Amino acid sequence: MYSQALDERDGSTDRNGAVEAVNARFEERVAAEEKVEPNDWMPEAYRKTLIRQISQHAHSEIIGMQPEGNWITRAPSLRRKAILLAKVQDEAGHGLYLYAAAETLGISREELVDQLLEGRAKYSSIFNYPTLTWADIGAIGWLVDGAAIMNQIPLCRCSYGPYARAMVRICKEESFHQRQGFEIMVTLSRGTDEQKAMAQDALSRWWWPALMMFGPHDSESTHSDTSMRWKIKRFTNDELRQKFVDVTVPQAEFLGLRVPDDELRFDSSTGHYVFGEPDWDEFKAVLRGEGPCNAQRLAHRRRSHDDGAWVREAAEAHAAKKSPVDHEQSGATRRRVAQDRS
Amino acid sequence: MINEKLWEVFIRSRNGLHHAHVGSVHAVDAEMAVENARDVYTRRGEGVSIWVVPSNAIVASDPADKDELFEPALTKVYRHPTFYEIPDGVANI
Repeated sequence: MYSQALDERDGSTDRNGAVEAVNARFEERVAAEEKVEPNDWMPEAYRKTLIRQISQHAHSEIIGMQPEGNWITRAPSLRRKAILLAKVQDEAGHGLYLYAAAETLGISREELVDQLLEGRAKYSSIFNYPTLTWADIGAIGWLVDGAAIMNQIPLCRCSYGPYARAMVRICKEESFHQRQGFEIMVTLSRGTDEQKAMAQDALSRWWWPALMMFGPHDSESTHSDTSMRWKIKRFTNDELRQKFVDVTVPQAEFLGLRVPDDELRFDSSTGHYVFGEPDWDEFKAVLRGEGPCNAQRLAHRRRSHDDGAWVREAAEAHAAKKSPVDHEQSGATRRRVAQDRS
Repeated sequence: MINEKLWEVFIRSRNGLHHAHVGSVHAVDAEMAVENARDVYTRRGEGVSIWVVPSNAIVASDPADKDELFEPALTKVYRHPTFYEIPDGVANI
């Protein structure tokens, strides 16, 4: 998911007429639903917007492994454990599809990873909330992945080819994520009173952060128009949030759980639910880094990156030893081999 | 500094079909590239065969040359069977 915080953009100022002409042709092509591929000419602002959006999305997948990874060792059965492992592995895969897509825009993986580790990049606010009970794993699959699907399905038609293709792959896998989460919620809500209370507590804590995943109101989201024109974005934040509420409330009713919103009601004249305001101050605070788990998530990612250093070094040394000719790092060896041959 | 190369990944989804490009992976050597491609791109039986190619080994046409490369083909409609009129009553052609 998780393309929520990228609504700021620095506009590029293209000056001369020639650039304006290619720019106009680009706009025409995109308006005609032609896809843009990596080596095609594109406005700098389009490239930057995509790098920011795709990398934030990738970082979110990577950080998103943590709240769920927290429960792998404590899953209540082997079946649940196998499922959760597969899901967390998918999140890593999603991060990698997306990093690969971002790299086609001319930024290196190393730079992307550095941006995350140095705290210069954003990721979805949702992953800065803690997973306190097993029911949170159900609520994340159902609500967080549900919101993600709502956001991501339109991205499958994004104007940038590599991003759109990565999203097709991701959306296929997200559906498993959402359904496994809902299944956990069904099991708990049909269980003992304690289990039902646990499910309710999870819904109560995750509902509002899930609604915030769609980003600020359209009126606050200043650069939405450009992203819509460039077909990077197909629906506005508010449209997607409404859609999510409309499909999710009946699912909560099926579970016999209460959505924690006193203003929630169905408006039969519009066919949509009317719902209350998320706490936007909380949203902004989490984005600023003041959420319950921001520091923990980043510290864990850094530690994990550092702990993996020896593996990367060992792989490098192994590769160099095995095949000195092919291996670029061993430039000296390669030069020596070349001299021997000449 | 670790020298991970970028590799393009091609997967044959089943025998009888071409390998098709699915994305890229980072790896220090070809063997690791195949293993990473398997973990990243075939978690749900998407493939029966994997090719990995160092990204910098791929030579691509320049999108700016699209017209001169491909437009000539568009004007040669006689290369398509539908260009030819066959009188009514002629069968099996």
